[in-house]
Amino acid sequence: MSAKLAAVLGTGQTHHVSARKDVSIAGMVREAADRALADAELDWNDIDAVVLGKAPDMFEGVMMPELYLAEALGAVGKPMFRVHTAGSVGGSTSVVASHLVQAGIHERVLTVAFEKQSESNAMWALSIRIPFSQPLVAGAGGYFAPIIRGYMQKSGAPLDTGYRVTLKDRLNALKNPYAHVQDDTITYESIANSPLLWDPIRYAETCPSSDGAAAMIIGSEAAAAKQKRPVAWIHGTSVKSEPTMGAGRDRINPHAGRACAKEVYAQAGITDPYTQIDCAEIYVPFSWFEPMWMENLGFAEEGTGWKMVQDGSTALDGAMPINMSGGVLSTNPIGASGMIRFLEAANQVRGTAGEHQVPDAKVAMGHAYGGGSQFFAMWVVGSQKPTS
Amino acid sequence: MRDVAIVSFAQHSQRREDSRNEIEILLPVIREALAPTGLKSQDMGFTVSGSTDYLAGQAFAFVSALDAVGPWPPISESHVEMDGAFALYEAWVRLQHGDIDTALVYCFGKSSPGDVARVLALQLEPYLLGPLWPDAVSLAALQARALIDSGKATEKDLARVVARSRRNALSNPFAQLKGDVDEAALLDEPLYADPFRKHDLPPVTDGAACIILAAGDKARELTDNPVWIKGIDHRIDLQAPGSRDLTISPSTTLAAQKAGVPKDPDIAELHAPFSSQELILIEALGLDESRTNINPSGGALAANAVMVAGLQRFGEAFNRIQAGAGKNAVVHATGGPCLQQNLVAVLEGSK
Repeated sequence: MSAKLAAVLGTGQTHHVSARKDVSIAGMVREAADRALADAELDWNDIDAVVLGKAPDMFEGVMMPELYLAEALGAVGKPMFRVHTAGSVGGSTSVVASHLVQAGIHERVLTVAFEKQSESNAMWALSIRIPFSQPLVAGAGGYFAPIIRGYMQKSGAPLDTGYRVTLKDRLNALKNPYAHVQDDTITYESIANSPLLWDPIRYAETCPSSDGAAAMIIGSEAAAAKQKRPVAWIHGTSVKSEPTMGAGRDRINPHAGRACAKEVYAQAGITDPYTQIDCAEIYVPFSWFEPMWMENLGFAEEGTGWKMVQDGSTALDGAMPINMSGGVLSTNPIGASGMIRFLEAANQVRGTAGEHQVPDAKVAMGHAYGGGSQFFAMWVVGSQKPTS
Repeated sequence: MRDVAIVSFAQHSQRREDSRNEIEILLPVIREALAPTGLKSQDMGFTVSGSTDYLAGQAFAFVSALDAVGPWPPISESHVEMDGAFALYEAWVRLQHGDIDTALVYCFGKSSPGDVARVLALQLEPYLLGPLWPDAVSLAALQARALIDSGKATEKDLARVVARSRRNALSNPFAQLKGDVDEAALLDEPLYADPFRKHDLPPVTDGAACIILAAGDKARELTDNPVWIKGIDHRIDLQAPGSRDLTISPSTTLAAQKAGVPKDPDIAELHAPFSSQELILIEALGLDESRTNINPSGGALAANAVMVAGLQRFGEAFNRIQAGAGKNAVVHATGGPCLQQNLVAVLEGSK
């Protein structure tokens, strides 16, 4: 690509909780944006454009809320752009923002993603009965449970694989002050004994409903050179989509996910992700998606992703740390969830992740997916400038 | 910036699509846009669409619309909750990277199943203003009243805009409202939302549009007269209708300046859903009605498929430049209440 270099200059997020009754939507996104500016030691005047992402507008009941948020995000008189690509949106939004810099159009772009789930009810917003269509499911869990069953059957993964993912992610969340679920009483048994929601998914294996926002400032090579604090260089970005239904689809190991990973690795010069990537933040809304995505992303051979969970490889101190922040299983402001993955990956290579920092992380991956496992967004960031 | 051109355009719009859903409207439009290029959707370097869930009344309404493209094997794809003109902007940005040469842009919207003026009230600040349900027509009427009270326009000027639209729309097969109408007769019509008469409002329209973009030599290979995007920019104003001067459009003026709008372009396709807004845009863009052919398609007063009408302006200007009706055009798209957000582009033919 002849695209120009771009880097994450600063990041910010809110303390994610189930209901931010103390702030409006505008107040909440402003909080994340202010923190990103403070982290980058920049001012509102330094921002050339704003790119906002969020999941369906029905989650808050505001149509195209970026219009009303123009003032709160300092966008008046500037370009304001709105991305919506289902659950992957936080990732896609980061990619769109980085493209504005890589194309040489802007020096510094503020990108923000949010969801204020307490303003509405996401599960039922997702379950609107469409005329002349078969009513399929109640919420996302109803859609994904059979896919998880399919994975278990194909791979022979033991039932407690999901429990172990939850335990690891929720313990990681205790090291992340921004994470929503902070449960220091969690045990393997408490997860195994939690109510069964959508067989085989238990309550403890599902993501929470969160109010929260995330923000990043992405800047050019020249802008990055002016930063005093470390930046995260963007080594590769990719978005890929496939249809919801189709005879050739593999819902367990989707083609679009594999194609997206292949493209982003090629850009970042990665031939062996397991050894070349130090850690990854990936989109795991239900525990079982960790082993499934390990295979989809090429960290494990097909049918063996669950072994990485069982042998502790994906733990914070494991060989391939996954979701050091506690992941979507601990924090899920839907529209922001993808951006939090991208942002946490950036913080890891900047060395600013705090207590959940992977020591000496140099290359990290951010991943998001959405729809019926059909929309993918990924990036690879590094502490050093890309060489290729 | 890399040279990027429009190489093909297709559209469909009509008053009411009772028998077809969005995908069924889209599919033939995308096929029609692809046909002259000889390319398939799979050949596209990037695909991006614009639509809004609130027209379909369903979360993730754009997901199934992707079936009209046929994204198999998987494609590089994105979606904006904005008019298709903004999707075109994202595609233009993506083409600047230099690694791909083509992009497919589409958009769709069925306004007819709901009360679109009330649906658009959901765009307003949701705590204090939105709950009062000021619909899009009432807000635009307040804007028109402010324009008239400022002395910048009269009700007669509004009628002139409508008469021009109706006349121009006579040659547009996708226009719903067309005819040789008399300005004086228009002024005899009863008031609908003071100072608007019914004809100052856009019709309710269902529709879809698709544009194929290509860069550099690829564009020249795909058509003998690519229409180049010489400049493009978009800006936003603050929303609160009570806190801004509704008689001007600073974001349009700024976007026009950044896009490099030339003096007296041959054609202007302006996305003005209400007659009064066309006057505001003409001033904001510095156009001279005697030197520029304003809305030769009839504009949004002739057909206004929400989420589509902005991209249609690009297509209508493209069609005319390709047909030799002008060498360059300024194109405009809007979003939000009372022209809050505006995109401006400059198009130029190859011949």
